[in-house]
Amino acid sequence: MIPFKQIKVGDAIPSMTKPAISHLQLALYAGAGADHNPIHVDEEAAKAGGLPGIIAHGMLPLGFLGQLLTQWVPQRQVRSLSARFVAMAFPGDVITCSGKIVGKREEAGAQLVDLEITAQNQKGENLQLGKATVALISE
Amino acid sequence: MIDRSIIGKEYPPFTAEVEKRWVRSFAEAIGETSPIYFDESVARAAGYRSLPAPPTFPFAMIMDGNQSFMILDELGIDKRRAMHGEQSFVYHADLCAGDVVTGRQRVVDVYDKKNGALEFLVTETRLDNQRGEHVCDLRTTVVVRN
Repeated sequence: MIPFKQIKVGDAIPSMTKPAISHLQLALYAGAGADHNPIHVDEEAAKAGGLPGIIAHGMLPLGFLGQLLTQWVPQRQVRSLSARFVAMAFPGDVITCSGKIVGKREEAGAQLVDLEITAQNQKGENLQLGKATVALISE
Repeated sequence: MIDRSIIGKEYPPFTAEVEKRWVRSFAEAIGETSPIYFDESVARAAGYRSLPAPPTFPFAMIMDGNQSFMILDELGIDKRRAMHGEQSFVYHADLCAGDVVTGRQRVVDVYDKKNGALEFLVTETRLDNQRGEHVCDLRTTVVVRN
């Protein structure tokens, strides 16, 4: 349990590095995520669409950012999650997710912290820039 | 160019069941390993009705309901030129295996950048469960490369 009063603006939450994205993972995500766009599984279709090759679903790194939060607090405490997909992820990319506290507030009796969250690839390039709000306990 | 008259359009509700197997396969696909998403006894011990759906699962429900591709097809946009640009979730209640969810999608904005080379289609979807609880609000931006 993470007490609200011990959290300070500027604090980092524990970061998380995922195993490299594989073609198998994209196939599994195409199925489970119900996203059958061929640009995620078919090299020729991706190139025909003007892409350099197969790209990962944007929802995959965002799924990782969701995990960043649920590894820090129980999922029920996550109030919101969002991201801008600023660059594409490709098979083989190793994604690291990190987050820091940018605000603390109380709203309707709930103690909330606002976070900035980021998914980067192995070159340190930002792939996703996001925000989240998490409720913490008071004691 | 996307016809701006689509802004404000609301689509008929869609319904989907959060199947246990679907929650597990989704959790596996994102590389989740916490037993709360796979083992119902662990989920119940944590106070959930059944396996909780991971935070980004609601977007899979939108895709399963063909809500995103339906609009692209309606607008005659080649899926291979469409990419997900932005996504947000606001959570109001637990979403768990066994829930039957109804979603309602509407188009909230269409705009372009770089003299139309990039077009942006913004939709919002509200999800409610079988008990009438408001579960989640999603906002989706799809980028079309013309």
